[in-house]
Amino acid sequence: MNRLNYKHPLAIRWLHWISFPLLFLMIWSGLMIYWANSVYQIGWGENTLVNFFPDWFFNALKLPQRLAEGMALHFFFMWLFIVNGVIYVAYLALSGEWRQLVPDRNSLRYAVLVTLHDLHIRRGLPPQGKYNGAQRIAYTGIIAMGAASVITGLAIYKPTQVAWLTSLLGGYEWARWEHFWLMIGFVLFFVVHVVQVIAAGWNNFRSMVAGYELTPAEDASHGRE
Amino acid sequence: MAESKKSGPEQELAQRTRRAFLTMGVAAAAGLAGWKWLRSRPEDSNLAGPFRSVLHVNEQVAEAYFDPHHLAPTFGAEDVEDLRVNGDVGLGDNFVPAQWHLDMQGLTGGETQRLTLADIQSLPRVEHRVQLKCIEGWSVVNQWAGARFSDFTQKFAPQSAKAKYVSMQTPDKEYFVGLDMPSALHPQTLLCYEMNGAPLKAENGAPLRLAIPVKYGIKNIKRIGTITYTGERPPDYWANDGYDWYAGL
Repeated sequence: MNRLNYKHPLAIRWLHWISFPLLFLMIWSGLMIYWANSVYQIGWGENTLVNFFPDWFFNALKLPQRLAEGMALHFFFMWLFIVNGVIYVAYLALSGEWRQLVPDRNSLRYAVLVTLHDLHIRRGLPPQGKYNGAQRIAYTGIIAMGAASVITGLAIYKPTQVAWLTSLLGGYEWARWEHFWLMIGFVLFFVVHVVQVIAAGWNNFRSMVAGYELTPAEDASHGRE
Repeated sequence: MAESKKSGPEQELAQRTRRAFLTMGVAAAAGLAGWKWLRSRPEDSNLAGPFRSVLHVNEQVAEAYFDPHHLAPTFGAEDVEDLRVNGDVGLGDNFVPAQWHLDMQGLTGGETQRLTLADIQSLPRVEHRVQLKCIEGWSVVNQWAGARFSDFTQKFAPQSAKAKYVSMQTPDKEYFVGLDMPSALHPQTLLCYEMNGAPLKAENGAPLRLAIPVKYGIKNIKRIGTITYTGERPPDYWANDGYDWYAGL
C-alpha cells in the first residue's frame, strides 16, 4: 500500500521551473555578449587545452553574432532573474524550507557517501531526508552562484559607479572572468542535475511538477524529516 | 500485489499529475508566446520596442545612482598599454589637420563659436591613467591628457551647463555620439590632445578626442569636429544600430 507524500510546495515548483528558461536566456544572451571578445582558454604557456570557444561552437548553437541584441536581452531578463531569485530565497527563509536545503554538519560526509554510491563504488546510502547531503550542498551552492553572478555581473555592468565592488573582485578583467566561470558552473550543474533526475526516476521528477510523490506506506519514516 | 490495481493514492496522484502537467504546459506555451510577442514588437533603432524601453528604464536607474564623486580607478604608469584601434568611422582620408577647428553651438542657439586647439590647451591640463572599456568586452589602460569637459563648458559655454545633453560629431559627420550632461561634466571626462605621453595620433583621434571613463569606448569619439549642447536627446551612431544609447559604466 502506497501513500501520497507532499514533497515540493507550489512556490518552490513554480520558482524552480521559472528559473529554468530565465537561466537559459541569461546564458544564451551572455554567450552572444561573450562572443564579441571570446578570449578565455585553459592551457599553460603556449599550449591551449580548451578554447572557449571556437567559432564552430557558437555556430553549432545557432547563436546570432549580434552583441547589441545580446546585451539588450541580458539587461532585460536580468531583472526577472533577480526577482525570481529574491522571491525564491525569501520563500525558503520565511517558510522554513531552508532547513531541508541548507547543508548541516553531516552534509559533507553524507555527500561523499552519496557520490561514492552514485559512482557505483559503494553500496548503501546514508539517511536521505528530503534532500541528501550532496543535494543540500549542490542546491545551496546554486543559489550562492546565482547571487555571485548578480554581483560579478553588476561589477562589469557599472565598473565606474561601483568601482569599490569591481576592485574587490580583482578589477574589471577578473570580474568578467569570474562571471564567465560562474556561467560554466551553471552549465555543469545543469548537466549533472538532469542526469541525476533521470536516474532518480519518474516518481521524483513528477513531484517537482505535481508536488506529490508516492511513498510505500510501511516506509513512512522516509518522508519528510 | 493485490493493491497494484488503481486505489486511492494512485488515483489521486494521477489526477494531480494530469492537472499539474496541463498547467505547466499552458504556462510554457504562455511563456513562449510572450517571448515571441516581445521579439516581434516594432523596432526602435534596430531593437524591438520592449527591449529599448527596458534599456531606458535601466538608464534611469543608472542616472539615479550616478554621482560625479564615483570615480573610475586610476592606474600606474606600468599598466599603460597600446590602444587597440577598433574603428575608423568618421576618420576619412581627406582630412587636413592644419585646417581643423572645433565648432561649438551653445544651448541657446545663436552664433557657432569656432575654437582652435590653442583654445582647448589654454584650459587647465589634466592627465590621468584610466581603463578604456570596449563594449566588445576588452579593456586597455591609457594615459590621457587634455582639458576637463566641465572646464571647457565653464569657459566657452557657461550658459550651456544646464543643457540636458551634448552631441559631438566628427568633422565629416560620419560618427556622432550623444551624451547625457552629468556624464559629460564628470570630472574624469576629458577633451584629449595627448595619449600615453605623446601628441594624439591620427588613428587615435587627433587633433582632439573624447576620453570618458563613465562610458564604453563607443562614446569616446575621435576627431571631434562639432560640439552641440542641446535639450533634445541627440542621435548616437551605435545606438542607431541597436546598442544602448546610455552605454554608461
